[in-house]
Amino acid sequence: MPTNGAPTKITQGSQTKGGIGESTLRPDGTLKVTGEFAYSSDMWHEDMLWGQILRSTVAHAEIVSIDTSEALAMAGVYAVMTYDDLPTDVKNYGLEIQDTPVLAHGKVRHHGEPVAIVAADHPETARRAAAKIKVEYRELPVITDEASATAPDAILVHEGRDDHHSGHVPHPNIVHRQPIFRGDAAEAAKRADVIVKGEYTFGMQDQAFLGPESGLAVPDEDGGVHLYIATQWLHSDLKQIAPVLGLPESKVRMTLSGVGGAFGGREDLSMQIHACLLAMRTGKPVKIVYNRFESFFGHVHRHPAKLHYEHGATKDGKLTHVKCRIVLDGGAYASASPAVVGNASSLSIGPYVVEDVDIEAIALYTNNPPCGAMRGFGAVQACFAYEAQMDKVAKQLGMDPIEFRQLNAMEQGTIMPTGQPVDSPAPVAELLRRVKAMPMPPERQWESSEGADVRQLPGGLSNTTHGEGVVRGVGYAVGIKNVGFSEGFDDYSTAKVRMEVVGGEPVATVHTAMAEVGQGGVTVHAQIARTELGVAQVTIHPADTQVGSAGSTSASRQTYVTGGAVKNSCELVREKVLEIGRRKFGSYHPAWATAELLLEGGKVVTDGGEVLADLTDVLEGEVVEVEEEWRHRPTEAFDLRTGQGNGHVQYSFAAHRAVVEVDTELGLVKVIELACAQDVGKALNPLSVLGQIQGGTLQGMGIAVMEEIIVDPKTAKVRNPSFTDYLLPTILDTPTIPVDVLELADDHAPYGLRGIGEAPTLSSTPAVLAAIRNATGLELNRTPVRPEHLTGTA
Amino acid sequence: MRVNFTVNGRPQEADDVWEGESLLYVLRERLGLPGSKNACEQGECGSCTVRLDGVPVCSCLVAAGQVEGREVVTVEGLADFAKQRAEHGGCATGACGADGKAGTSLQDSQQWAAKGQDSQTGEGTELSPIQQAFIDAGAVQCGFCTPGLLVAADEMLERNPNPTDADIREALSGNLCRCTGYEKIMDAVRLAAARQGEAV
Amino acid sequence: MDFLRPASWEEALAAKAEHPTAVPIAGGTDVMVEINFDHRRPEYLLDLNRIGDLYEWEVGEDSVRLGASVPYTHIMENLRAELPGLALASHTVASPQIRNRGGVGGNLGTASPAGDAHPALLAAGAEVEVESVRGSRRIPIDEFYTGVKRNALAADELIRAVHIKKADGPQQYSKVGTRNAMVIAVCAFGLALHPETRTVRTGIGSAAPTPVRAKAAEEFLNAALEEGGFWDNGKIITPSVAKQFAELCSGACNPIDDVRGTASYRRHAVGIMARRTLTWTWESYRGTAAHTEGVA
Repeated sequence: MPTNGAPTKITQGSQTKGGIGESTLRPDGTLKVTGEFAYSSDMWHEDMLWGQILRSTVAHAEIVSIDTSEALAMAGVYAVMTYDDLPTDVKNYGLEIQDTPVLAHGKVRHHGEPVAIVAADHPETARRAAAKIKVEYRELPVITDEASATAPDAILVHEGRDDHHSGHVPHPNIVHRQPIFRGDAAEAAKRADVIVKGEYTFGMQDQAFLGPESGLAVPDEDGGVHLYIATQWLHSDLKQIAPVLGLPESKVRMTLSGVGGAFGGREDLSMQIHACLLAMRTGKPVKIVYNRFESFFGHVHRHPAKLHYEHGATKDGKLTHVKCRIVLDGGAYASASPAVVGNASSLSIGPYVVEDVDIEAIALYTNNPPCGAMRGFGAVQACFAYEAQMDKVAKQLGMDPIEFRQLNAMEQGTIMPTGQPVDSPAPVAELLRRVKAMPMPPERQWESSEGADVRQLPGGLSNTTHGEGVVRGVGYAVGIKNVGFSEGFDDYSTAKVRMEVVGGEPVATVHTAMAEVGQGGVTVHAQIARTELGVAQVTIHPADTQVGSAGSTSASRQTYVTGGAVKNSCELVREKVLEIGRRKFGSYHPAWATAELLLEGGKVVTDGGEVLADLTDVLEGEVVEVEEEWRHRPTEAFDLRTGQGNGHVQYSFAAHRAVVEVDTELGLVKVIELACAQDVGKALNPLSVLGQIQGGTLQGMGIAVMEEIIVDPKTAKVRNPSFTDYLLPTILDTPTIPVDVLELADDHAPYGLRGIGEAPTLSSTPAVLAAIRNATGLELNRTPVRPEHLTGTA
Repeated sequence: MRVNFTVNGRPQEADDVWEGESLLYVLRERLGLPGSKNACEQGECGSCTVRLDGVPVCSCLVAAGQVEGREVVTVEGLADFAKQRAEHGGCATGACGADGKAGTSLQDSQQWAAKGQDSQTGEGTELSPIQQAFIDAGAVQCGFCTPGLLVAADEMLERNPNPTDADIREALSGNLCRCTGYEKIMDAVRLAAARQGEAV
Repeated sequence: MDFLRPASWEEALAAKAEHPTAVPIAGGTDVMVEINFDHRRPEYLLDLNRIGDLYEWEVGEDSVRLGASVPYTHIMENLRAELPGLALASHTVASPQIRNRGGVGGNLGTASPAGDAHPALLAAGAEVEVESVRGSRRIPIDEFYTGVKRNALAADELIRAVHIKKADGPQQYSKVGTRNAMVIAVCAFGLALHPETRTVRTGIGSAAPTPVRAKAAEEFLNAALEEGGFWDNGKIITPSVAKQFAELCSGACNPIDDVRGTASYRRHAVGIMARRTLTWTWESYRGTAAHTEGVA
């Protein structure tokens, strides 16, 4: 509102419809509800072949021999390839450490590792051919945990390591180790009135995106290949694919197909190189689509973890120190393990003020399934453990768990264990206050005039209780997640923005390589362009490698970084448009030279609201285009001995209150409500913000009560690679998820926004566990909680 | 083998079908109707839900040979199916869609890759009430579960125009979604039911 | 692979006689998963969808003749009074989409210990009508399950219908899964009171190599109810009787540890379900608690 009678001053974009802050609808929404949106598995090409991967049936073995002759002789089979058929000296790939063989070379290191690939004219022919490839294995002992990995006579999962972590790890079967020391934890422990120790286990979670890994590789006439693919980061894929194919990056053209969810599971390559190899070998387009069984082997999972914690506090409720040791199982290949270690260690104590810490996180190489990125990325496992600890300490002190957290909550200015000051709002205590203040769901909602509605009871449709044994519990948790790529990574994005007149209207085109995986980045990019350029029409160009890298759709970073890049390029376009306007029309009105000029509603206006020109007139005969990289402020690596360093860009906070009803006799849990309060800095699209928070919350609930990949410790083989036995929450398992959104601007970020996608996945799990503990009185040191854990029948 | 059946009101013939192929595969790979999705192929996710003679089923669990002579409605035909139903007083069989056009042609389904998302938003496309409600309520994220949910939700509203929340949850309990946490899907179905109520 | 499409029951029997390895397919719930995931490549698929007779049911004097392919949805909606246990069991089957196509014939043909219909059939009392070109016979449900995923069918026989005794008293069914819908049983329990014969029958699913009855528990309970005059006086069942019944039901299990649950949990859960379903059915029998059944 104007004050002191000053004239209304408008700011860029405030007058344009469909800009930031509005819940505009998805540009791809209509295509998605009519079935026309083309996902990577929907790709089709005349004369295309189907690719099939033969995977190892054992977890750890030497390959004695591979005989492909019978498969090659089959009618309809066009190619069978093994390691020996790889075209160049580059035979491995990997995000950070190139330790993953494109096809197994002499050895397999985990169950389901690709050994050979087939192209045939029908998927069934390809399957039959793959089944005819004879592979002889000589099995080796399996490494499945820290004890077997670091035993004196342990077989090395990777011999002769020479990656950039191999020099500082205590054992070659440890991918990376990050200690963090600050203050003197041993000395501080002497001041503690209570000391609480805990050992926690976090199960292996799967991203379980619904769209299976798939894509279509089409050979190009120039000897290159065009890959239509679902991924989180086109340029990272490209960098790994091209060298294996022996092609320059310019000859590997990549176009993003529709992506059926990602959640971290598409950060690593899956079938990309295999499809390209088969296409180049056969000269025909090759499509590969994993089925759900194969998908469980086709991507990395969330690291399972063992977490050892010691918390101390004075009797007035102040934390004295935290010691912790986090052991993440990285499985057979490195994937994102080093960065997951960095997160787990640096965020290991949670959003609390603790001066004296002694922290260590490691990731192991084992023969278990490879683990890497999944929503929350190292911070999830830690949050499960430190929030359990916070409840235990509060109980020991006889304090309310919320008050105890608030008493120790970090705020702006707090110094992290890494020595990095938190230099933007950190409303931890406020989020807890808000989530606690939300109204509680009514008791016994399952009671109706017709009796018990089993759909609202633990067990649901299975009709296990009509109220017997059912006890309600309430639990709280809060978490902290970093936003963006950390530890000195050059984290940038590129946006090409063009402005021109099309059909008599000013139109902006935004071209980035950002992978839209469902999060709504395309919606937000159009909003940013409208706000910055004052136009109604925005075209989002398909994401491909014809524009610079956008970085990964992960780490809650795309709205921040590619959003930032789009904003920046739009600003540069705006300046150019205004220059053109000054050149064309500057002589007609003095305000062209003197006023602050804005683009609003398809016009050039002054900040006082006076219209100077129509954009169509300014842009007539002109095309303004800018392609520019944009970076957030730089970060630093963590010191390898002390863990000190300004490693993170931004933090994101969410708090949950879980209300559960537990059938204490049968050990079945119904989560009634998962209320969330989250600071989002600035909600660019409030509807999408809610969707992210609710979706993240439910994924956190999944690992609390049902989701887990079960690996046989004797064989390292996966026992439940299907949606029959890897259970995702159905809509009947899902609680109501009321959300309270707080918007405290981070002045370092575009529009003050905060990355939001991951934080709600963190605190959801420990809140549910706390509620189940509250209902049952059990200690529950592992997640997911299964009925046998609640009934003493494990 | 050869299979003849009706999809979205149009007679279709698929040739050289392998006997082990599912209806889902035939729709997606032989008839150019990839709207029904292949998320689990074991009846555990509902993303391939179609109506077979009016009844919602998982098309991944229907053998291609079993649909000989039968009527199938997929997400591509849902708008027409709903329109026919509205015009003919709530007919609930697959025959309702008999006059409708076929869904996406094979060519159309591939053109997306070459065109921009925003330049082909399908503006002007006529949608069924449940489709419009999914867009309006923010029930679509990655969208992979969306086609199956739409077919299932549309059929539930046909049977039960005033569902309680528990009814909605039960009716959609065979459709997994990994993105939304289902809250916006609940909103969308409530919205479609409310709009349907207003329209009557 | 060949796809056989008999237009009539007689044609189906002839086809099965000619090709005893042919795998019948109706709802596709089991067979298509095995094909989609390359677990099975039968020489012949024998489609039963075109045989209308299999989709019909008849309510007789004492029993219901339920066609093998009658979808679970129809059982839930139409046979709740006659077959309350099976109707409840049907409601726990997989998802609405699966219930729209799957029927009891498929459960019996697969004979998985985790099939949802089995405990209800065992508790109600049933006979499976099977037929081949050689003739028709009825197999009592207690003799039908012969091993893990094995049944008493000869290679040339097909399941035509199930004859299930109409309920003469309250029946209940409970199933434990680790999800509130669309879940395979960790274990399941069916219980039927038969006031006419003054007996109680049970069925246990997924807690032994085959679906089983808890016969010792039934005998104990029958004797206890008789001895205490419960059938006549309608008294609340003594907690100690209910407890011992539950323990005997647990004892009837012979479960394994697998990814879905531990053997120890399965024994425990069967005991809890036995006690609860006994309470629900008995309360209903006594007529004191009008609304103990779930409404869903």
